[in-house]
Amino acid sequence: MTMLKEGRPTAPVAVADAHMAPATVTGNRALMLEEALIFEIGSTDTTGVDFAPAPKVASRLAGLERRAIGLPGLSEQETVRHYTRLSRQNYAIDLGLFPLGSCTMKHNPRLNEKVARMPGFADLHPLAPQSTVQGALAVIHELAEWLVTLTGMHSVAMSPKAGAHGELCGLLAIRAALEARGDARSVVLVPESAHGTNPATAAFCGYKVEDIPATPEGRVDLAALTARLGPDVAAVMITNPNTCGLFERDLKTISDAVHAAGAFVYCDGANFNAIVGRVRPGDLGVDAMHINLHKTFSTPHGGGGPGSGPVVLSAALAPYAPLPFVEKQGDTFVLIEEESAQDHHAGTFGRMVAFHGQMGMFTRALAYIMSHGADGLRQVAEDAVLNANYILRSLDDVLDAPFGDSGPCMHEALFSDRGLADGFTTLDIAKGLIDEGFHPMTMYFPLVVHGAMLVEPTETESKAALDQFIMALRSLAHRAKAGDEALKGAPYHAPRRRLDETLAARKPVLTWEAPTLAQAAE
Amino acid sequence: MRYLPLTDTDRQQMLSVIGAASIDDLFVDVPAEARLSAKIAGLPDHASELAVERHMSKLARQNLSAGEAPFFLGAGAYKHHVPASVDHLIQRGEFLTAYTPYQPEIAQGTLQVLFEFQTQVARLLGCDVANASMYDGSTACWEAIGMARRITKRSKAILSSGLHPHYVSVANTMAKFTGDQLVHDAPTLSADADIEALIAGIDKDTSCVVVQYPDILGRIADLTPLAEAAHAAGALLVAVVTEPVALGALIPPGEMGADIVVGEGQSIGVGLQFGGPYLGLFACKQKYVRQMPGRLCGETVDAAGKRGFVLTLSTREQHIRREKATSNICTNSGLCALAFSIHMTLLGEKGLRELAALNHGLAVQAADRLARVPGVTLLNDSFFNEFTLVLTKDAREVVRSLADKGVLAGVSLGRLFPQHTSVGNGLVVAVTETVTAEDIETLAQALEEELA
Repeated sequence: MTMLKEGRPTAPVAVADAHMAPATVTGNRALMLEEALIFEIGSTDTTGVDFAPAPKVASRLAGLERRAIGLPGLSEQETVRHYTRLSRQNYAIDLGLFPLGSCTMKHNPRLNEKVARMPGFADLHPLAPQSTVQGALAVIHELAEWLVTLTGMHSVAMSPKAGAHGELCGLLAIRAALEARGDARSVVLVPESAHGTNPATAAFCGYKVEDIPATPEGRVDLAALTARLGPDVAAVMITNPNTCGLFERDLKTISDAVHAAGAFVYCDGANFNAIVGRVRPGDLGVDAMHINLHKTFSTPHGGGGPGSGPVVLSAALAPYAPLPFVEKQGDTFVLIEEESAQDHHAGTFGRMVAFHGQMGMFTRALAYIMSHGADGLRQVAEDAVLNANYILRSLDDVLDAPFGDSGPCMHEALFSDRGLADGFTTLDIAKGLIDEGFHPMTMYFPLVVHGAMLVEPTETESKAALDQFIMALRSLAHRAKAGDEALKGAPYHAPRRRLDETLAARKPVLTWEAPTLAQAAE
Repeated sequence: MRYLPLTDTDRQQMLSVIGAASIDDLFVDVPAEARLSAKIAGLPDHASELAVERHMSKLARQNLSAGEAPFFLGAGAYKHHVPASVDHLIQRGEFLTAYTPYQPEIAQGTLQVLFEFQTQVARLLGCDVANASMYDGSTACWEAIGMARRITKRSKAILSSGLHPHYVSVANTMAKFTGDQLVHDAPTLSADADIEALIAGIDKDTSCVVVQYPDILGRIADLTPLAEAAHAAGALLVAVVTEPVALGALIPPGEMGADIVVGEGQSIGVGLQFGGPYLGLFACKQKYVRQMPGRLCGETVDAAGKRGFVLTLSTREQHIRREKATSNICTNSGLCALAFSIHMTLLGEKGLRELAALNHGLAVQAADRLARVPGVTLLNDSFFNEFTLVLTKDAREVVRSLADKGVLAGVSLGRLFPQHTSVGNGLVVAVTETVTAEDIETLAQALEEELA
């Protein structure tokens, strides 16, 4: 044995295999630390914040003083440790490739975080006098100009809070436009490959939703769609590029037919990343399209939001745009709200949110857009599409690519579970990817493909990262085809094994309750 | 291009694997007339980090931020001190750059936070359950109205005149399309909230009564009689809280019988951010959980028997139910929920109570000082950290004029209710722990000069 003179060994000794490692008494595994709930480790007497003493005054709380609340606190050190430990149980773009199809998980530049935190933006009240927020209104206006130019549309409503909220904005504008001409229509047509938010939004706006089938090559069935158009159809909601990763070649033809029938075209812009700088939706006859700033323009997803979903509008819909919005009058930026709207924006369908939208996302998106510029944004689309096609063609010999013969894909590559051994599923491949150190692709969506695997690498992945991902997915495809039973147990190396979602839904436990004495005694 | 890793050599190699001669071959499905052959004209090219930062700094400097002036604005968005560790922790890449936790085995961090958040929110609002967040308070409010419609199968909602007017606007926008009938009285400058009037308006068609607590003028009222009256008529009580710090001092609506309690969580952890992103809070009684909008996180076990967390009851949601979903919401305010939860964990019950007491104490001092200014009358008998002053002239002008002198005096009722000139002399003043005695004195003297 090699050792220093104090007796400390300086080289490992061959011992038992890792799988013989004994369980630890803490449940921790070195850097993988288990963490209890704050309700189990905190107390209502502990705090991590110091305050100046409150002035002694007679309370004016109408006799409604509160008794116990039941909120545990932690010291600052414990708080930092609690959340740092929890953070390490998350996968993230900062750790590796996150190829969730339709979600556009690209790198989040840190400049954008810095910019959003400038006190001149972060520490501004939404109702501050307009003379004191001219720079903030300028940001909204500048970003709006970029979005309008990049999409070739007439104007943009900035206030929607996320993509689904943007869909709502678009459909409300359409409904307002139809009502303004006294044309009550009741149906919205939605392709069966659409995101779930599309039919949910249309139904919310009071429309009857009808499905439009896809062709065998994965695009909207033009003949079926045009046959269904009529005086009862208010709008068609189309995703382009669509959720099969294909460009809707016939969109302009569809738009013309929809317009001829007196209806409007709503485009789900979730996949705008594939075409930014190379195609303007306005040239394809689109009337309204939301832009997910948290997808195409890289504002961070934050584990489920916040998003931001500005909606670009055609000239036909612009008069109905929601309040508030920013207008440049001479050298001054003016916020058009309820009062000022009466003068020259009387058609507005109203307000969608309390304030002006996701300012913290606008600053980030503007920094991202300026960083790329017109040349860089075009390169974004090209590299996103190149990366996706590279994945498609590097895997279509081992995984079924149902629309692989329908031409190049756009920003995402779609595979199905066809050809996997009996009893092996898309879920097994997804969980296997976790063990290989990747976030799984979107699975079981779109619904038009059985066991769908939708892979969107985005433009911010290097060739080396893609090659490693391809190698992992090829290996998993072989294992699933060969019926490797071990795959069904994956993941083995994640903070948790597969979780019981059935139990969670059958006996919902949605908040923490202190264990009863009997439970505690177990 | 600093964010794009591919080199030209990579691109060539990849094109050859794909079997395409050029990148244009990958865009063949775009109709020729829509294909842009070159970059879009009239837009600048890419810029360095330094250049972008310089531009954004210039725009930021054109604003007067809350920290640079005596600051008294509230009305649905509040300036509170956020401990440094909150912003540090939410910037950990594992939180910041993760997606909605669709793969729970590698999202336990986000999921456990959501479970803790749901419990914190439920306890703060005095409810059984809370969801994983909505966009903001105003959208949470109209989702609550829709939920009450689904539960009661009635469509007439009565909105208190003390409800934030922008929340009323949002509800009105939605009601035009959902068929809800909204009843809403004009606000008045009275010391009492309109509880009796609301009770008088409840009938057999009423789905819910929506009341803000404390209300837009800062008034506080016991909601118990309103809840009893609503329940007696088969209607629900929806309570809206725009200042959650108040619930460190006040009995929460859930304990006074509210069926659904929604709120704006911005005060805790999130920051002003010129109006967004904010944090919609949504909580209710256990029996209504399956009618809730939005995501829910629940406890379960993994294949090895270890406790873990997953998104659950998703058969309510759009990605499963499509047109039959309880809401179309997908992305919510996850990172803001994290910030709220961290800040609330730092505070704990002890800190939250101290924070609330400090806010209330300073507000009482400010109200008394400002009420001594000639031309100023204090409207409220009761308030938490926000109250309404009635001035001898239009408060909009006063706010603008004081802003020019570097004092951010409050929110004028003329800005909030432009169509109701009868309340135009009202000024809503918020006083949080960030306000100093000097700030209060500065505001008092500035008002005195302005009203002289």
